[in-house]
Amino acid sequence: MAIRVRIPTPLRSLTAGAEEVAIDSATTVGAVIEQLEAKHPGVKDRLLDDKGVRKFINVYLGDEDIRFLEGLESAVKDGDEISIVPAIAGGAR
Amino acid sequence: MTRALTRAHRLERIVEAIGKTPLVRLGRLRELAGQTDVKVYAKLELANPGGSVKDRAARQMVLAAIAEGRLGRGVTLIDSTSGNTGVAYSMIGAALGLDIELVMPRNVTEPRKRVARAYGARITFSDPMEGSDGAIRHVRKLVEAAPDRYFYPDQYSNPNNPLAHYLGTGQEILDDLGSELTHFVAGLGTSGTVMGTSRRLHEVPFPVRCVAVEPRDALHGLEGLKHMASSLVPAIYDATVPDEILPVTTEDGWEMSDRLAREEGLHVGHSTGANVFAAVQIAQQCLARGERASIVTVACDRGDRYFAPMKWERSYVW
Repeated sequence: MAIRVRIPTPLRSLTAGAEEVAIDSATTVGAVIEQLEAKHPGVKDRLLDDKGVRKFINVYLGDEDIRFLEGLESAVKDGDEISIVPAIAGGAR
Repeated sequence: MTRALTRAHRLERIVEAIGKTPLVRLGRLRELAGQTDVKVYAKLELANPGGSVKDRAARQMVLAAIAEGRLGRGVTLIDSTSGNTGVAYSMIGAALGLDIELVMPRNVTEPRKRVARAYGARITFSDPMEGSDGAIRHVRKLVEAAPDRYFYPDQYSNPNNPLAHYLGTGQEILDDLGSELTHFVAGLGTSGTVMGTSRRLHEVPFPVRCVAVEPRDALHGLEGLKHMASSLVPAIYDATVPDEILPVTTEDGWEMSDRLAREEGLHVGHSTGANVFAAVQIAQQCLARGERASIVTVACDRGDRYFAPMKWERSYVW
């Protein structure tokens, strides 16, 4: 089992086109993003600024926005699915 | 006699209220306050009856289709839209008695979905991970399966989209400012506003510099705008039309839209924030060079279309 991260189309240029990236083990959403960065450098900077998740990006753990959980400290376990969703519908392939 | 004196305010149908929007000077932003040589104006497209600039293209496309016999009884107008065009189709459809079906990514803001539904339109959702391009692909599939049932205006490819701005937006700016006009600044989405308006403004015998605004990054929060390098490029987009492309970050666009509400009394969406941010940058360049300038940009829609849903309204089905 692993944690699955769903990648939106505008970020797939950084993940060699992958729609989903598996993270072997991590205990928080923040740690997942760190491991994502280690696998695909550049991702973290697109997602986070110095205050946390960028305002126009939603990170979902399952079907809940992590802003309504514990943010980057939200606990994750094997089998969880994390989705990175632009807050808008604007047009990237 | 000026247009203001001759314009009839009694209209037969709501669609006649589209266009002829006010042009308002932005004189209170700190970068512009007290300046007399450099002026920035916002064309208030949010004053259209559907609440956005998209009313213009939607009306032009619908009226052309009716005139060509491609839209009427038994035919459903279907299109992909991240919201404002859908509201425009829905409003015009209700006013003209047309059947409307919209495909939009599920993560479009809730108020837009509700407005479209209020006018009686049907909404189908596409994958939020695929953005507006996913909605386009979804519509194409539906239309291919039943071509006789649907009229697909395809705002990304329909020449009536830029034509609305060539005949309307561009001409109205010239009527209001004449040869005082030096710059036009607008964001790239379908590119209809930039294409049509710029083509009209490039026809006049004095130079008007037309600047296209785009999100700096592929992953951005400027709803309605397209980062061309990473997008399906609209068929109506011609890269040779704008004189300059000006990238704007999401943060700069969002901050300017907040400031416009507090400092100018203009509560606008984020794409308008990006447009005005770019217009102010150009104004500052002109000031630094000691040039006179009258810069027109576009206030695309109102800020209340972007209010975030409450927590209990946030639920996405994957």
